[in-house]
Amino acid sequence: MARHVVAAVGEIPPGGRKLVTIRGREIGVFNLDGAYYALINRCPHQGAALCTGAIVSRLEAPMPGEYRLAQPGSMLRCPWHCWEFDIRTGQSWCEPEDVKARSYAVTVEPGERLARGPFMAETVSVAVEEDYVVVTL
Amino acid sequence: MTQEAPPSGAFSGLAGAVDCDIHPVPPDMRALLPHLDPYWREHVERRGLERENLDTSAYPPGAPINARPDWRLPAGPPGSSLAALQAHLLDPLAPRAAICNLIHGAQMMISEDLSAGLCRGLNNWLAAEWLDRDDRLRASITVPVHSPELAAEEIERLAPDRRFVQVLLLAMTELPLGRRMMWPIYRAAEKHGLPVGIHAGSSFRHPPSAGGWGSYYLEDYVSYAQGFAGALNSLLAEGVFQKFPALRVVLIESGVTWLPASLWRINKTWRGVRAEVPWLDRLPADLVRQHVRLTLQPFDAPPDARSLEVLLDQLGSDELLLFSTDYPHWHFDAAEGPLPAGLPPALLRKITVENPLATYPRLAAA
Repeated sequence: MARHVVAAVGEIPPGGRKLVTIRGREIGVFNLDGAYYALINRCPHQGAALCTGAIVSRLEAPMPGEYRLAQPGSMLRCPWHCWEFDIRTGQSWCEPEDVKARSYAVTVEPGERLARGPFMAETVSVAVEEDYVVVTL
Repeated sequence: MTQEAPPSGAFSGLAGAVDCDIHPVPPDMRALLPHLDPYWREHVERRGLERENLDTSAYPPGAPINARPDWRLPAGPPGSSLAALQAHLLDPLAPRAAICNLIHGAQMMISEDLSAGLCRGLNNWLAAEWLDRDDRLRASITVPVHSPELAAEEIERLAPDRRFVQVLLLAMTELPLGRRMMWPIYRAAEKHGLPVGIHAGSSFRHPPSAGGWGSYYLEDYVSYAQGFAGALNSLLAEGVFQKFPALRVVLIESGVTWLPASLWRINKTWRGVRAEVPWLDRLPADLVRQHVRLTLQPFDAPPDARSLEVLLDQLGSDELLLFSTDYPHWHFDAAEGPLPAGLPPALLRKITVENPLATYPRLAAA
């Protein structure tokens, strides 16, 4: 396991995402209202580039006709077959226990601490005065 | 069993079974007249409707499937004699109960009030001429399927009579069955613990195939299975089982073997489009296994025992099937009996007794 600096905090706005490649793996890093999450860019169904799909809300209804738009922007819809995945956990909406996209731990760390290492930052240059998004992989 | 009794070999081992689909029919419209409200009796006589039989074209009289040859009657349509039903079926089978399902033009007429009036008469006739005369008989409540409010009134009227154990609809009528307009029927059925039976059939003013009118009975009959799939998909998509969580649905004369493929298809499609039906919050097949049952005849059995075993496994539950003979329709001969060959013995008791009693609370309480 190593920590990888994938972006400066300001680089991924709320509702935004960044695709990065870490040790040969494509990973999508998402900002949900200031919290960061990372998922593998591979749908567990048939391997589509999951993290390029539309970011959608949870549409729910406790009863027919009682519509609720819940947790705006928290779901990722696969571009191939429209299966929905929770950005925060990788769990699919339809079968959350059995169909999941791999997720990775994400932290925000000050450049000052990162300067003490160890970390990997092939594509992001780190300045001590900024905060960075760090994926552990 | 006395030696004079009809041969019972084909029914051996089935004593105490619940036969979940038999078909009495009125000998003719005149037989209903004493059981109609005075207003509707006058109406029928003024119009000369008592000279019509209001048969549906579901079972043309000459079609072989309409009646097993040895169950045809010297006079009157097959199924119109209680004595014959007793001799052909009730005495040799010795069922714990047999559920009468009436298929009649009254159910699907365009005039809602006449339809409701005739359905009341049919139910009264069935109670007086059949249920009162053989305590093994139970019945479905015949309702005007195109008038959900009047249908609910008829359910309310008859619910106190515990011999009525189900509400009867047809698979293909003017609306897909899940539509909210139909919900008064489901509300009333759920309230009284009555399953809703959906029988093969149609209003017969739109084609049994979604592609238009076919030329032959063969197409009509085989296409009924797609009609059932459509009805089931509508109930699932419209959220009927979320709205009425205690509701049970029994598909009657639907055939069985189409079901696994239909469930695979809806499960798969649901994963991609479930957001348009957000109340449908679990695999549709799981809801079907919880709420839906199917009568056994016609089973459309696969040609060998190994395939049957695979199919039963694909159904995914041993609680789905309910024994039925579909008397007097001709799905099996006297020698072969009403069970598909190769049915595992462990499943037999589920199908013949336990599943029907679990499905029809009024049978278990009796």
